[in-house]
Amino acid sequence: MSTMVATRDAYGETLAELGGENAEIVALDADLSGSTKTSLFAKKFPERFFNMGIAEANMMGTAAGLAAVGKVPFVSTFAIFAVGRAWEQMRQSVAYPKANVKIVATHGGVTVGEDGGSHQSVEDIAIVRAVPNMTVIVPADGVETKAAIRAAANHKGPFYIRLGRNKVPTIFGDDYRFEIGKGCQMAPGSDLTIVSTGLMTAQALAAAKLLQKEGVSARVVHIATIKPLDQEIILEAAMETGAVVTAEEHSVIGGLGGAVAEFLGESCPVPIKRVGIRDRFGTSGKAEELLKYFGLLAEDLVEAAREVLSRKRS
Amino acid sequence: MKETIAKLEDKARELRIDIVRTLHKSQSGHTGGSLSAIDMITALYFHKMRHDPEDPAWEERDRFVLCKGHAAPAQYVALAHAGYFPREDLMMLRRLGSHLQGHPDSKSTPGVEVCTGSLGQGLSMANGMALGLRLNGGASRVYALLGDGELQEGQVWEAAMAAAHYKMDNLCALVDANSLQIDGEVAKVMGVAPIAHKFKSFGWHALEIDGHDMAAILAALDHAQTVKGQPTVIVANTVKGKGVSFFENKASYHGVPPSDEELPKALECLGCME
Repeated sequence: MSTMVATRDAYGETLAELGGENAEIVALDADLSGSTKTSLFAKKFPERFFNMGIAEANMMGTAAGLAAVGKVPFVSTFAIFAVGRAWEQMRQSVAYPKANVKIVATHGGVTVGEDGGSHQSVEDIAIVRAVPNMTVIVPADGVETKAAIRAAANHKGPFYIRLGRNKVPTIFGDDYRFEIGKGCQMAPGSDLTIVSTGLMTAQALAAAKLLQKEGVSARVVHIATIKPLDQEIILEAAMETGAVVTAEEHSVIGGLGGAVAEFLGESCPVPIKRVGIRDRFGTSGKAEELLKYFGLLAEDLVEAAREVLSRKRS
Repeated sequence: MKETIAKLEDKARELRIDIVRTLHKSQSGHTGGSLSAIDMITALYFHKMRHDPEDPAWEERDRFVLCKGHAAPAQYVALAHAGYFPREDLMMLRRLGSHLQGHPDSKSTPGVEVCTGSLGQGLSMANGMALGLRLNGGASRVYALLGDGELQEGQVWEAAMAAAHYKMDNLCALVDANSLQIDGEVAKVMGVAPIAHKFKSFGWHALEIDGHDMAAILAALDHAQTVKGQPTVIVANTVKGKGVSFFENKASYHGVPPSDEELPKALECLGCME
């Protein structure tokens, strides 16, 4: 059985480690350090941690200023506030000057749960993806999160890393080599490909097993880096399997599904079905209930696979 | 000291001439707010700030953030005269491919620290610089120049709150209070007064001066450096378009460059006989 780790916990631990390795790393939070886990860094390096209070726009600009004098700032709060409220600050103060700021937002997607629609970001990947110079990463599990945080610390430039709230199954082994901009084939297949990100990759793997029982061979490609997109692995999948289902804990507008559809539409049009939140806000509920409510479970991916296969055949 | 002041006043006059020439050439840009800010910018670049045009990345330099980024021509002429780039480059302001972008761009222009232009964001960045410089140790100071209309942006007050909370005494803000914005008088569009009072209530040390009195500007900057435990704001009462009589106090010259007919008259006002 795989271990269950919250990606935000993996972040908190890694950031605290990195703080000891690189004296230029600083962290900022907006009164949510207990939730984002920047509190671990804050405890070890109090003089390098800046709680900016409930003022995300100022926090983003402050991070840009710190980067301008050689610091490596990690900025955290909930996804909707990080790049929702502070979107223009990200755009003007971070992306436009290519500031070395790492925006690591937690509580992305609907699994935020009981707090409800105001706190559940369904749009963040889309609105960051549209901004030039931003690298966008949505890790699947604790292992990938640790690697992605380290990669971001070692790569100059603006990053947006989107994490979740709850524990998720670990799907990568300790031998996993994370690379910015590189997707990972998780399971081979020839009838269709499920391209997934974040916690949906675990669902995609489960869906592939269910499909196997129906005699359907589903390839699973995990995409952590939504931007820049690994076009090679996706093109290969489209050419070799002829049908694609995308899966994300995000709106079907503008996220991974949008990115894949944009690319394949131009390079290799195949039947595509985007699985995600269908242009609706989130709502209060338990995380597991919400995944079911919004159609983000393995069985929903199986249904999408059947639909896309029927279009492939006709 | 008197010599210093006279020299700086003359430099400011030279810079005004180049602002007018530059904007006339580009036929695009912000006249009024560049002219109202130039005395303070002259004091900073040619007297107060420690910086090195030969080494724009000198770690111990003071930092300047032009929060009211549309006054870029004022910063650009100062940088050019200081030697950051050739004066001829000014003739390429806002042209496609020019390193002198419409609003300050740290990626393009030597001497520009951060990208500004979207009002209300610069003071936050100045805050971050002040915090980072303090972590590094050293005596570097951060100067941030804002507009009074800009104070309508809520983010300015988030930054003001944080600057006092974090006791940023290596930060000095200046407000170019020329009382005008695009749609007219600041007091009529969305009143921001009393400015010094507001900053004081946010925990800042606040001074009010005539923003065209070089002696007062220098005294205020020197005084700010002695203040401990809190940031300082210098609220400078200025005249939009200062130096060219027919530009003065007109909201209409906010984003309008001098025309062919206006240029010689403007240069004459500034004592330029060419």
